[in-house]
Amino acid sequence: MRYLLVEDNLALAKAVLDRLSLDGHVVDHAVTLETAQDYLSTADYDLILLDIMLPDGDARTLLKSYRMAGGKTPIITITARSEVSDRVGVLDLGADDYITKPFDFSELEARCRAVIRRQGGMANNIKRFGNTQFDPLAGTLTVASQRVQLRNRELRLLEIFINSKDQLFSKSKLVDRLFSYEDDVAENAIEVYVGRLRKQLEGSDLNIVTVRGMGYRLSVS
Amino acid sequence: MNGHVTATRSIRRRLIVRLLASAAILAVILFLVVQSFGRQLAQESQDNILAASVTSVLDAITVQDGALIVDIPYSAFSMLGNISDDRVFYRIEQNQVYLTGYEDLPFTTARSTKSQPAFATDHYLGEDIRLVTASRKLSLNNQPSVVRATIAQTRNGQKQTLRQISQTVLFLGIGFFAIAMVLTFYAAQSTIGPLRRLAASVSRRGPQDLRPVESPVPSEMVPLVRSLNQFIGRLKKSLSQSEEFIAEAAHRVRTPLATVRMQAEVTLRRVERDENREALREMIRAIDESSRAAGQLLDHAMVTFRTDHLLVETFDFRVLVDELVTRLRPIAELKEIDLRWQKGAPLLIKGDAILIQNAVRNLIDNAIKYSPTESSIKLTLSQDRSGAILQLMDQGIGFPDEGFELLTDRFVRGANAHDTIGSGLGLTIADDVANAHGGCLELKNNAEGVGACVIFYLPLR
Repeated sequence: MRYLLVEDNLALAKAVLDRLSLDGHVVDHAVTLETAQDYLSTADYDLILLDIMLPDGDARTLLKSYRMAGGKTPIITITARSEVSDRVGVLDLGADDYITKPFDFSELEARCRAVIRRQGGMANNIKRFGNTQFDPLAGTLTVASQRVQLRNRELRLLEIFINSKDQLFSKSKLVDRLFSYEDDVAENAIEVYVGRLRKQLEGSDLNIVTVRGMGYRLSVS
Repeated sequence: MNGHVTATRSIRRRLIVRLLASAAILAVILFLVVQSFGRQLAQESQDNILAASVTSVLDAITVQDGALIVDIPYSAFSMLGNISDDRVFYRIEQNQVYLTGYEDLPFTTARSTKSQPAFATDHYLGEDIRLVTASRKLSLNNQPSVVRATIAQTRNGQKQTLRQISQTVLFLGIGFFAIAMVLTFYAAQSTIGPLRRLAASVSRRGPQDLRPVESPVPSEMVPLVRSLNQFIGRLKKSLSQSEEFIAEAAHRVRTPLATVRMQAEVTLRRVERDENREALREMIRAIDESSRAAGQLLDHAMVTFRTDHLLVETFDFRVLVDELVTRLRPIAELKEIDLRWQKGAPLLIKGDAILIQNAVRNLIDNAIKYSPTESSIKLTLSQDRSGAILQLMDQGIGFPDEGFELLTDRFVRGANAHDTIGSGLGLTIADDVANAHGGCLELKNNAEGVGACVIFYLPLR
């Protein structure tokens, strides 16, 4: 997917950029309102992440003018303020959600997913593998014309595999991606979710292969 | 908040005392003036009759065959008798030699003629008398001769008249004072009126109402109201600066933490060696702990600050909870936690929406944090006669059996909560907010099964 990130804190922006790129997303980064305007007038985005306090002004003006001009792309604002009135004001101006600094990436990911799903999603995001179609936004899997509804962790696990097909994931890496760091999760907890996902993928051309002593890998037959 | 104000004597009482004193002095002066005028009038009327009487006596004196004939006409005394039952005396002398009447009756030696009698007040036979003396020149045996007549009358009638006048004037004075008293109270009341209205309009305001006073006031009060408005302005500025400061502090603390966390996460994705990965995980946990603590400290500071200045408005509690649930659902879903919530009927309450939102968010946050994966949190909002009840039931570890009441203290965490990151401020914030609104926070464990039950109660008022 294509993201526009408008954030003046370069270190934070770089971290978000790196993180989104790792998942295979394309991200443009604007530091000022002006460059953000330029990007918006030249490209179409699937999602906009917008910091409110920018060096050349309050990004709420951009939010307002973008919506007035008929812009439909979902927008999540990034704010460090704990004032609820600020956040609510942002929603009134046309933002779809807001996230408060500091956020952990899984929260950002979850919010992005929720916002895009609410928008109805884009058909071009559906991925096809043989007899299997995967709609990451709706969280549905279609195996041989049979629709399967995935639960949150199954969905995220499948996304991790699909975004890096044929890559080998160790259990500990999957644990880091799937669980928040608050929980002290035993590595074999991941086996439960791999087991469930395999069950959902029964009869599909997608297979999760166990590499003994190393981890798991997704393969398309 | 309420400082002690030293009160001196009230303006109203001062006004009343002064106006009443003036009215009393005026009433006494009125009494004296009218009384003396009345006395003068009574005196004059007696004098006029006495003068008429003495004139008629003198007129009746005739000379016949060289002798003086004094024939006192009946009318001379009857006109005096008209007034009252006062006694009348007379004395007539010729060339200062006693002729007839009461020989020892006093008389005035002031110059007098027939047309210009002289008056005097004296005592005779133990009574006050008013006397008039007039003289007439006659020619007797070709000799000029002066006849002097004195007529006196006791003053009982006049005294009675005077008493009547005094009584009437006294009533007049008292009446005047009574009317003045009524007017005084009215005047004092209407003078104090604008002050009272100003005080009422300022004290009726909510603490968040920091608009300047704009209603018209009498010109004498303009300096007071002007300084009051300046004071309100300064207060408003310092309040908004405090709020700005809290927001700014949040920004300063949170942004770098967000950066470090994100970078640690990215690094974790790239690092292969297990000991490095464990170190990074530890790092992320520490960052989470401090960022959460920073967030909650700021929440707590905001709550403490705002509980002194509650911004009370009427809003739908159900909508507030609904928005929070919608917002927190993606977070709950990360742990496959089902937030069970039925929106239900509107429930209007009065309170500080920002504070209540903060409190409820902390409660739901807490519930998500302490809930195991693939569990559910049930939220119910209900209303009894006196208040709104928000109940959260989770399927987590519940509260420890001991030290329930301490959990709402700052930085106190449950004895069984060591595995989870937390600052120990979430329940404190919710408790403070509930208390500030006259409500309470109740903690218990579910009667059936596992998990905690938190009840957040707000009175409807």
